[in-house]
Amino acid sequence: MGAGHAHRLYRHGHSPVHRMPPHCKLAAVLGFVVVVVSTPREAVWAFAAYAVLLGAVATAARVPPGFLLRRLVIEVPFVAFAFLMPFVVPGEQTRLLGVSVSVPGLWGAWNVLAKGTLGVAASVLLAATTDLRALLLGLQRLRLPPLLVQIASFMIRYGDVITDEMRRMSIARRSRGFEARGVRHWGVLAKTAGALFIRSYERGERVHLAMVSRGYAGSMPLIEEAPASRAQWSSAAALPLTALAICLLGWTL
Amino acid sequence: MHVPDGFIDAPVSAAAGLAAAGAVAASLRGARRELDDRTAPLAGLVAAFIFAVQMLNFPVAAGTSGHLLGGALAAILVGPWTGVLCIAVVLLMQGVLFADGGLTALGVNITVMGVVTVLVAYGLFRGLVKVLPRSRRSVTVASFVASLVSVPAAAAAFTALYAIGGTTDVPVTKVLTAMVGVHVLIGLGEAVITTATVGAVVAVRPDLVYGARGLSAPLKLRVGGKLVDAVPVPAPAVPAARSTRTVWIAGLATALVLAGFVSFYASASPDGLEKVAADQGIDRRAQEHAAADSPFADYGVSGLTDARLSGGLAGTLGVGATVVAGTAVFWAVRRRREDARTRQDAATRADGRTQENV
Amino acid sequence: MSLNFVPSLDVRGLAYAYPDGHQALFGVDLTVERGERVALLGPNGAGKTTLVLHLNGILTGGAGTVTVAGLPVAKAHLAEIRRRVGIVFQDPDDQLFMPTVREDVAFGPAAAGLRGPELEAVVRKALARVGMEEYADRPPHHLSFGQRRRVAVATVLAMEPEILVLDEPSSNLDPASRRELADILRSLDVTVLMVTHDLPYALELCGRAVVLSDGVIAADGPTGALLADEDLMRRHRLELPFGFDPTRKPATR
Repeated sequence: MGAGHAHRLYRHGHSPVHRMPPHCKLAAVLGFVVVVVSTPREAVWAFAAYAVLLGAVATAARVPPGFLLRRLVIEVPFVAFAFLMPFVVPGEQTRLLGVSVSVPGLWGAWNVLAKGTLGVAASVLLAATTDLRALLLGLQRLRLPPLLVQIASFMIRYGDVITDEMRRMSIARRSRGFEARGVRHWGVLAKTAGALFIRSYERGERVHLAMVSRGYAGSMPLIEEAPASRAQWSSAAALPLTALAICLLGWTL
Repeated sequence: MHVPDGFIDAPVSAAAGLAAAGAVAASLRGARRELDDRTAPLAGLVAAFIFAVQMLNFPVAAGTSGHLLGGALAAILVGPWTGVLCIAVVLLMQGVLFADGGLTALGVNITVMGVVTVLVAYGLFRGLVKVLPRSRRSVTVASFVASLVSVPAAAAAFTALYAIGGTTDVPVTKVLTAMVGVHVLIGLGEAVITTATVGAVVAVRPDLVYGARGLSAPLKLRVGGKLVDAVPVPAPAVPAARSTRTVWIAGLATALVLAGFVSFYASASPDGLEKVAADQGIDRRAQEHAAADSPFADYGVSGLTDARLSGGLAGTLGVGATVVAGTAVFWAVRRRREDARTRQDAATRADGRTQENV
Repeated sequence: MSLNFVPSLDVRGLAYAYPDGHQALFGVDLTVERGERVALLGPNGAGKTTLVLHLNGILTGGAGTVTVAGLPVAKAHLAEIRRRVGIVFQDPDDQLFMPTVREDVAFGPAAAGLRGPELEAVVRKALARVGMEEYADRPPHHLSFGQRRRVAVATVLAMEPEILVLDEPSSNLDPASRRELADILRSLDVTVLMVTHDLPYALELCGRAVVLSDGVIAADGPTGALLADEDLMRRHRLELPFGFDPTRKPATR
């Protein structure tokens, strides 16, 4: 995890999508995904239209298609599951390439694959165009409980520090000739994890001390306040609204 | 195990989202009550720890390795409130930053991996620690059982959600046995790692293990140059303690019967195990196997499909029940703890008075 | 003018035992005049950290009093006390808990109620005082250790403290960062209490030193004289680096 301003999926840029306020983007992506999930699976053309919509956003954000496609790998376990569906789902059978498969199973597989892929693609676009800090601000402006946002931002801030500690411990282990090879070495690794927990917790206590020393009394002072303009909201709304129109067409046709 | 978009239909996803939001809200309040203004830094750091420890690879055998899911570990180390918060935040960040798990499925993911895992693990752990004799070994046994059961319990919860709001009629009982069967195996690994990790923490800083509070050595008083045991605090609360003990034993028995029932099913159907193995990405060959001579084709006849009532109504009802049950559990746990605290306060005050008299 | 006669810090008969019964302070008396730079020396376990945590009211409840510029440390005005006493903790990662340098420096003043351009000006000034203006938008963990320590000092300076308390300021710094930090500390016109094991650093920066040992102030005087008192040094487990002669090197002030 590359915490801080850049994370693994973030691509630095200055496109209109990058500049859009983060909470608008978050709301737009969430709206889009909800619409996609609510679309009847039989409206195959609608999913094609969604893909075109995402393609348009990706073009506007200057995110290359290769980048998007690579990230879809995260889906692989569920793709495997989807491939099984035509064989395990009961129902009317049909023959495909000489193999007997079930029709509802095929629909199910298509449904999961299409919606899952669109969902991942939309999330990747969001992550690729929004830096970490902005994402946290966006969540805060979307009225997520402030305490939850605080916890998330502490997790982000210290994710690297703790991962670094873990790496140093691993180097120290290996410097003393230890290489974890199998189950019988789990004890040593678990000790590492235990030590890591103690360090993390104690650091949490020290951070709290540092916060209290600077006047923390339970709530974070809101430092940045950048409300989105009506124009920004409406341009962000374009994605889910278009999708909604497609979805409604999908239900009626 | 991060569920993507489109796996669970929209109404059930929304209901699971509500349930997750409720659980997170309750946890926020609970954590705040325990940790006060230390909540944000401590929960944040523990979430970062869970995130990091999920990257720690535990080699199984040549080339393969597993990693910790962390739900049970979080529950035992920092308690149910903070535990749910940490897992929820980790899942939220994974969804938003890494596109890991669908945004509409966030509620499902938090409910299954956060709430169910943490509650089952913590409930079992606390129950066992109460029932077993007060010792380190009990903590070990309790950690092992709690984390072992929490993983298939999460799988069963997922299957239940899938049965209500799955987008495809996969035969539910088969999925259940297969999911639970595979996850018993995963749970074994989880249990070994969690137990060892908890053991490592208990050995050094037992005070940091939320679930093992009250196992510390009794306080001593220096009276006339000799060390004497301080009056044990919870002693006056004997009748109340006995009644909670029965509750714990009953809950534990139910959980164990359920676990036994479930594992019986799992062992009875090794084919099913293979089936969902593919879902876990463990067994790629199952796919070719299936395509070659379609051994699963006959499953269609025997599968139970009438468990699914019609669409959204069932979803709303089912998850509504989950919410009610969840709230009840939260409420009960909270009540119990508050009772315990007032009792303890009273006891401390009483002790203070006797001490003054001495 | 009369305010100048009130000492920045006045500790009287401070005694404290931790809840576990371990007593760390046994009656500390210490007065630091406005504008003074004082080094607090002492072996490990002498109670230095315990004393520091009393200065801004994180630890309370023992015997004795702590007064900061005439204001007693008590629950009633804890917020004002924490603004007046700026503690720079040893590990800058504990101190820098916000996602960016700017937000971190702004945390204290914002918690005190400052907003908008006023806040921005305070942040800029504090960063300028430690020479870190260009790093305002960087996440703390992308900085070098020395830079992080400087930002940590800035986070405290932004609160315009009456007294700056530094816990081991020179630890883990390379010689260049160590010198840069010394230059910065010298350039500040605030009262400084510096907890340190780095005796040459104490001699370089502080005209006066106190030795805390076994929970009481065991010695108080000009830093050069204290360091030259071999008997005193040995009694309190204080050791000068090899080849360092405090009498020969004039203290640069």
